[in-house]
Amino acid sequence: MTTNTASITTQASASERVKAAAAALALGAALIFTVGFAHSTSVHNAAHDTRHTLAFPCH
Amino acid sequence: MVNRVLTVSLLAGLLAGLLVAALQHVTTTPLILKAETFETALRAAELQHASFTGDARIVLAHGGPDAADHAEWKPQDGLQRTAFTTIVTIATAIGFAALLLGGMIAAGDAITERTALIWAACGFLAFGLVPATGLAPELPGSASAELLHRQTWWIATALVTAGGLWVFLRAEAPWLRALAVLAVLVPHLIGAPHPAAPESKVPAEIAAHFAALSLALQAALWLATGFAVGVLWPWATRRAAAPARA
Repeated sequence: MTTNTASITTQASASERVKAAAAALALGAALIFTVGFAHSTSVHNAAHDTRHTLAFPCH
Repeated sequence: MVNRVLTVSLLAGLLAGLLVAALQHVTTTPLILKAETFETALRAAELQHASFTGDARIVLAHGGPDAADHAEWKPQDGLQRTAFTTIVTIATAIGFAALLLGGMIAAGDAITERTALIWAACGFLAFGLVPATGLAPELPGSASAELLHRQTWWIATALVTAGGLWVFLRAEAPWLRALAVLAVLVPHLIGAPHPAAPESKVPAEIAAHFAALSLALQAALWLATGFAVGVLWPWATRRAAAPARA
């Protein structure tokens, strides 16, 4: 019984884990792309000092 | 679990971002402002020269050929500029926190202060130190190659380094680990895009100081984010488990 519960929990959390990892990586990549790389002039100007400080390639 | 990822990313990013934004305000930002005065002085000198030779149209370093015709929005110096810089640094920290969590969850690692700090150190290597060996941190007014080429090289180097570290730290076959080391070196053998000739008018002392501060702040941002993730994740997990027990 304990083993069954444990295996069900592991299975459930495996798909949960895939979802959580995918969501986290997508959110992280989107944020870093916007703040560090987006070519929009307004975004560039707002992010200018941080882009230089964190050594993202800038103008 | 997705909710927990979002909560911890946001909180960890907010804390680490605020801390590093404060550091930024007293370290790198003053140097950027100082470099801009050199850039402006250079521009004024070029304008004078251009009017002297009759070729009065110049392209501004921050604008492109149409900048003079359509002034683009940018934050006003002072409070507004500081506020935007702070927000962007926090957003970057949230992004780093999400990447750290995504990596650790995908790897199936336990998320503790220790593991999160190790992952953060690897994050700094892959997304900070190693790309910086090819494209050193730059102040405004430095000469540089085509932006798109530099961005492409930076992203490729960061991803290859992260992948190489992953394989080296997790694979057991010696040939695979050797391959990982080789892969990490490839972007540097190809070489980062550089301008034909250095043209910066910013004094070398200021640029060198800036490069050192920039690397230190990147390390601080990664480590602070990692630490916050390592502290907050177990807390959020306990919180998520608590109603089930009650």
